[in-house]
Amino acid sequence: MANNFARILSSKRNVGIMSLVGAGSLTAAFLLNREHVTAGAQVRRVYPASAEYPDLRKHNNCMASHLTPAIYAKLVDKATPNGYTLDQAIQTGVDNPGHPFIKTVGMVAGDEESYEVFADLLDPVIKERHNGYDPQIMTHPTDLDSSKLKSGKFDERFVLSSRVRTGRSIRGLSLPPACTRAERREVEKVVVDALAGLKGDLAGTYYSLTHMTDQEQQQLIDDHFLFDKPVSPLLTCSGMARDWPDARGIWHNNTKTFLIWINEEDHTRVISMEKGGNMKRVFDRFCTGLKEVERLIQEKGWEFMWNERLGYILTCPSNLGTGLRAGVHVNLPKLSKDPRFTKILDNLRLQKRGTGGVDTAAVGSTFDISNLDRLGQSEVQLVQTVVDGVNYLIDCEKKLEKGQDIKIPPPVRK
Amino acid sequence: MAKLTIKRLSPEEEFPDLSQHNNHMAKVLTQDMYTKLRDRATPNGFTIDGVIQTGIDNPGHPFIMTVGCVAGDEETYEVFKELLDPIIEDRHGGYKPTDKHKTDLNPDNLKGGDDLDPNYVISSRVRTGRSIRGFCLPPHCSRGERRGVEKMSVEALDSLSGDLKGKYYALKNMTDAEQQQLIDDHFLFDKPVSPLLLASGMARDWPDGRGIWHNDTKTFLVWVNEEDHLRVISMQKGGNMKEVFNRFCTGLTKIETLFKDKGTSFMWNEHLGYVLTCPSNLGTGLRAGVHVKIPNMSKHDKFEEVLKRLRLQKRGTGGVDTAAVGGTFDISNADRLGFSEVELVQMVVDGVKLLVEMEKKLEKGQSIDDLMPAQK
Repeated sequence: MANNFARILSSKRNVGIMSLVGAGSLTAAFLLNREHVTAGAQVRRVYPASAEYPDLRKHNNCMASHLTPAIYAKLVDKATPNGYTLDQAIQTGVDNPGHPFIKTVGMVAGDEESYEVFADLLDPVIKERHNGYDPQIMTHPTDLDSSKLKSGKFDERFVLSSRVRTGRSIRGLSLPPACTRAERREVEKVVVDALAGLKGDLAGTYYSLTHMTDQEQQQLIDDHFLFDKPVSPLLTCSGMARDWPDARGIWHNNTKTFLIWINEEDHTRVISMEKGGNMKRVFDRFCTGLKEVERLIQEKGWEFMWNERLGYILTCPSNLGTGLRAGVHVNLPKLSKDPRFTKILDNLRLQKRGTGGVDTAAVGSTFDISNLDRLGQSEVQLVQTVVDGVNYLIDCEKKLEKGQDIKIPPPVRK
Repeated sequence: MAKLTIKRLSPEEEFPDLSQHNNHMAKVLTQDMYTKLRDRATPNGFTIDGVIQTGIDNPGHPFIMTVGCVAGDEETYEVFKELLDPIIEDRHGGYKPTDKHKTDLNPDNLKGGDDLDPNYVISSRVRTGRSIRGFCLPPHCSRGERRGVEKMSVEALDSLSGDLKGKYYALKNMTDAEQQQLIDDHFLFDKPVSPLLLASGMARDWPDGRGIWHNDTKTFLVWVNEEDHLRVISMQKGGNMKEVFNRFCTGLTKIETLFKDKGTSFMWNEHLGYVLTCPSNLGTGLRAGVHVKIPNMSKHDKFEEVLKRLRLQKRGTGGVDTAAVGGTFDISNADRLGFSEVELVQMVVDGVKLLVEMEKKLEKGQSIDDLMPAQK
């Protein structure tokens, strides 16, 4: 069995075949190699599930809302083929009770199979987090044809910058909470090899966090590209910061408009961004770049984790589907002070953040405005939502400038 | 020892990058050793990666040598002995894999110690740790095990009587008033923030299964499920280390008897003494110390040399990793393993007596050259 995996990693041609045959055989192959691990993992069940069940009385996150003692008892003795367990998946939610106003997800996936093996817990969590999307009966649309985007150029008197980001995971390798050092290094190698094949305005350079010079580091900070070791306990408790900064790095193209983070919270985070309001061009580059990277890894026998039920598979259940956040930094001095601002955003299916990103406050009246949804809508649909929504916000701002009244728009969709 | 086939990638691909590291684990771990140890697991499923994770995530400090590894259970010290023996030898002054450790908790064997000058010695304290055999240690225990440790410990402590009689305060059920009192008493421990500890996994599920027990007179205190199963502390104001040590030994012996009555015992063996989470706390796990006012002595250029010869260590009054405030230092034994409890407390008692004598001389403008001790 060890030979199967040596084949997967070096000659790569067989991966496609194995994944087509279906999750069942892939699981069997893993299990044969790993039966000792499973046996080892079960040696420790000295206590019944009821003695192990976490105390979630002070908790307010999606995991705590759905993890009943019955579900816990059902899932606690299971492990994915990689040996990832329920206790590991929920550790971050146990350690971080949450906030009375912000409901965090409270669990992560350690590998692609987590979403199957722990479906009894993950499906209701996904349903709650993704506005009723039911993974048991629905399918997720993927659409990266950016030519379908209508009128994606914003008034630059208001929109300062435009950005689209997503994540991608490499099938066959465990996710950041569970990956070993060698798997993480393999992710780095596979992605960096692929990125080296990008040409034209996508051609760029990789900067490994371990080998970066001080100068390179400073430049990346000045460009607002550098990510640092996570400090948020939501992330560190999941185990994704182990072995930092081994196999972590940043790739960007020469024109600094296409950027990839390697081995931060996901295998890869892919970002297209520019100053100004040309969301259409940002999205064009995003789609072209993503498709090129996919083509390049497929040449070597790899592929992204994806399925019809959940779309693109990422570490955090909140990023399933498209994993896409399309946003702008937009200046809305009058609208942001209007008491209807929040309601308008809600109805447009938009979310506001400070310009430092998630968990930051707005500076002055400049906000980061982006799509709320990730799963159940395609990439094109979500970016269109942002385009239409931001245009509406700008329209409101202009009206308020002229002393005219504004309307709360009807909800864009349920 | 359970044999595990863990991962499908090669040991060369898995070997950590320790080029920036300065801790005991990084000094000792080679590719060959890793390759060999990688195929093993303790009967509880603890692996080499679990042992060394904290040392990989915390490269260390150029001046302070941290240990860089932890035990997940008692068997860790056997199953991974190729790694742990050299670390123990380096950390504990040349202690060999064949050496035997002496345990002596008879307080009558301590000479003196009841007359440290209270004008200089503000407080006296002895602490150690204990692990309950049969349970995994904090880096690896499950919630059920941790709760089992808590339950068993609280049952034992509840049956203490006389001046040891006391009460347990579970961290998760504590009222605000109780919490404030425990802070004021300098008893309360909080969720660890040090990445050295967090990276080992010992803070999982906080504050589940954690708590503090203390006797009514607030002189005997037990921490449950912090860095170790139990940390046992005897302390009081003033310089009567003998009384502190008496209570320490009596309390520990009583608790041990109570556990034996329940059919278990503390993790102990004749080579490593008491087994604890961090290899640095093996043997006695004992730190006996005082807060002592030595403003003149501490500025003397021979201060470090004197401490070294006396086998003592200085810390700030906030404990490990803090600075001294106004010439008041925490002075304690540097050793843990290879000396008995009585021997270590004797070193502290004798050493502190000497430091106070030196301080008095320096106050009077006299020299301390004729008081310089020999290397213990």
